[in-house]
Amino acid sequence: MNRNIATAGNSGTGVRSDCEITIELKGKNGIIIDLESKVKTLYGESIRTLCNEVLQFFDIRNALVKINDSGALPFVISARIEAAIKNLTDTDLEFLPEMASGNRYATTPDRFRFSRLYVPGNTPSMMINAGLHSADGIILDLEDSVAPEKKDEARILVRNALRQIDFYGAERMVRINQGESGLKDLRAVLPNNVNLILLPKCDNAGQILKVESEISVVRKQLKLKNPVFLMPIVENALGIENSFEIARAAESVVALAIGLEDLTTDLGVPRTDEGTESLYARGRLIMAAKAAGIQPVDSVFSDVSDMEALRRNVLISKAMGFEGMGCIHPSQVPVVNEGFAPDENETEKSKKIVLAYEEARKKGLGVVALGSKMIDPPVVARARKIIELAIKLGKLNPDWIN
Amino acid sequence: MAVKSVINAAGRSIPLTINGEPVIPFKGAGKHHPTGRKYSPPIPACHDYPADGNKVVKSLEEALRKCGLSDGMTISTHHHLRDGDLISNRVFELASSMRVKDLVWFPSASFPCNDPVIKYLEDGTINRIEGSMNGPLGRFVSEGRMKGTAVLRSHGGRVQAIQDGEVKIDIAVIVAPSADPFGNARGTGGPSACGVIGYAKADSMYASKVIVVTDNLVDLPCYPMEIEGNYVDYVVVVDKIGIPEKIVSGTTQITRSPDRLLIAKLTASFLEKSGILKDGVTIQAGAGGTSLAIAVFIHQIMKRKGWKSKFGFGGSTGYMVKMLEEGQMDYILDAQAFDLDAVRSVGTNPNHIPYPVFNAYNYHSKGNLTSMMDIMILGATEVDLNFNGNVVTHSDGCLLHGIGGWQNCLHARNVILPLPLFRDRIPVIVDEVTTLCGPGELIDVIITERGMAINPLRKDLIKSLKGSGMPLRTIKELKDEAERICGKPQKPQFEERVVAAVKWVDGTVIDVVRKIKT
Repeated sequence: MNRNIATAGNSGTGVRSDCEITIELKGKNGIIIDLESKVKTLYGESIRTLCNEVLQFFDIRNALVKINDSGALPFVISARIEAAIKNLTDTDLEFLPEMASGNRYATTPDRFRFSRLYVPGNTPSMMINAGLHSADGIILDLEDSVAPEKKDEARILVRNALRQIDFYGAERMVRINQGESGLKDLRAVLPNNVNLILLPKCDNAGQILKVESEISVVRKQLKLKNPVFLMPIVENALGIENSFEIARAAESVVALAIGLEDLTTDLGVPRTDEGTESLYARGRLIMAAKAAGIQPVDSVFSDVSDMEALRRNVLISKAMGFEGMGCIHPSQVPVVNEGFAPDENETEKSKKIVLAYEEARKKGLGVVALGSKMIDPPVVARARKIIELAIKLGKLNPDWIN
Repeated sequence: MAVKSVINAAGRSIPLTINGEPVIPFKGAGKHHPTGRKYSPPIPACHDYPADGNKVVKSLEEALRKCGLSDGMTISTHHHLRDGDLISNRVFELASSMRVKDLVWFPSASFPCNDPVIKYLEDGTINRIEGSMNGPLGRFVSEGRMKGTAVLRSHGGRVQAIQDGEVKIDIAVIVAPSADPFGNARGTGGPSACGVIGYAKADSMYASKVIVVTDNLVDLPCYPMEIEGNYVDYVVVVDKIGIPEKIVSGTTQITRSPDRLLIAKLTASFLEKSGILKDGVTIQAGAGGTSLAIAVFIHQIMKRKGWKSKFGFGGSTGYMVKMLEEGQMDYILDAQAFDLDAVRSVGTNPNHIPYPVFNAYNYHSKGNLTSMMDIMILGATEVDLNFNGNVVTHSDGCLLHGIGGWQNCLHARNVILPLPLFRDRIPVIVDEVTTLCGPGELIDVIITERGMAINPLRKDLIKSLKGSGMPLRTIKELKDEAERICGKPQKPQFEERVVAAVKWVDGTVIDVVRKIKT
């Protein structure tokens, strides 16, 4: 690299909680910071201090730094400075903000994944409050929502976001890019407690194995304790045909998602609200996932203003066997959660099953019956799961059994 | 020249005189007891006015001349036409061309459309503004460029200052969407209808001279008259008093921000679970996007439960009108109509009643409507660890908003402030408010997207929420969370010079705003 001027980040009308950094390397005169910020009165000094700290970390001693800040949080500012520097010098160093203490939690393979909220990986204003909307998972997206020329800076931003933003218990997910670029993404995010990786445009088991082996190398190297799960997204006809092999490709694959925009493109048909064109594909993917013992999850619904259509869509999706759906706007989350949640009938039936089981157990009976029907252990397990969920969703008192 | 100062009951350093007049430092909420008699304007005689009742003169300039416009006078105007007002700037344009100096402008509020008065502050036509300032006007004052010291009052405090003679209005210019030649006037009808014009009521009764300006002259009587012609000296008819689309928003809109919606949902849920929301409840909420969303959620709950609100106090909007029309609210008492639905309703629905701040908020009134309200939803730029609130300056120290009815509304039974924990990077909950506008003892609940804090004084509310699952935090925890995310902010730097005084509802000085260091 022999450039001496580079820019990273965003500014301009409509940009919030972000900043644009331009660094021009100089031969002398030390660090000169030219700061424009709408929070200058309150944070001017701390922005300058942070800027100097990052430059010193990367051993940059003479430079003119222009900062155009629209209220960016510190982890955003440092990510932008780092990105600009990495456009100027070759370095593997990472300027890591502190890992917030609440961000170290692990998740389990069978947790509910009703709603997963996509957040563009280069838009800080959409990340900061993403965890507030009760989505089961937050996806920091490095793939389709990031412009090709912004991939490198987004990777740094997402890494910092994983360290700093509290997602309040939501599963911490990242959608990586395909191929080589995706492996680069992986190496950046894995050390920062990512719970699940979404793999876009999967159409064979080999892709999973490649990612899986990279993950196990990094996990061993860094002695990471928390598991890292995989959610392949099937987005073409070949992927649908191979969905069973994809679902079984690795132990860490916990869910299989379908991406209908790309799939319908691959089929050469328009995507409709009724979804007749993808009926087979969805059914096939659901069977594959269920056969492999993992969760089939549905595509996103792209009209963010039509909540009624979304609600209908969710109910069909649930009826087919899907166990979750992607969201592209926080307002979709409650509709999706509500739709996949057990309704009153299901909850009541589950209560009866569990009560009958408890009754039988107390009496030492080996066989559980509800009315004239025998109840198998898996039915009891499912009833318990539904009850657990109803409690979690506030639809049932935790103390219901009394 | 150093002015002596004292520390008031809120712990703020206050100069003993402002604009050369002695002031009373804040004594505590409900502690000041005025004595004496109300101010009285000069006595007129009816035979000095046209026997045929026709007070129309040919121009605003002629009316101002006839009123004896001269140096140092206090001129009042009102914000009924909001950002579409074409007349208040015109008053000072005329005054400037008449070479009048050192006027005091006493608006009920100012809007961005009033930015051109900066010119008349610079050329000496206006000495100072006693009223709200925002945007460029606020910055102008904060930078110490206004000659006199601004005085900020609540809507009720403005009436108090008029009634006890703290402010003596020489000429009130009242812009009216409809008026008759005798001066009776109202806020409905005509091309510039704004709904109600109650903010001018006190001015009409106490000013030495009163001019009514309209673009819709109707035959006498202009009924129902909000302003009575008996108080009016001159009527001026112009082509246009305002720009209709800037007078009222066509429709006010609930917030579309998912984060604000979350705050609104949490607020409605709190109101339901605490038992504050009940059959017969009285409600006031503003026209901001979050308040409107709260109103919608409250409406849904009341519908579901079959409850009715006895009355809502407006700032009315289409959302409140919907509650009235669908039967979840018996009456709207209205001080200002914010959108076209509200304007239509106040003009046609007998249960939608104009109710001026003269009656609702006035400190010298025999009772206070706001203390009868169960639910009061308000905003703030900052709240501190003692629940003190700021509405006039931003954290950077610049004047940015008026007080409006905010201070008056603090006297409601349950004062609830739904606020984002931070705006961009700026924490809303701070150690100490930059400018104190309302004492914390009157602010009950802060609701943010990251949890809510109840004033420890409200033991009853805290008890009512036991086991409710509401995300209760202490205010300190909320502040710490904001600082964890945003970093601890520096304090803005001020110079000694006082650029604005903030009055409490009783006319005492609760805080001052100083010139920002530039």
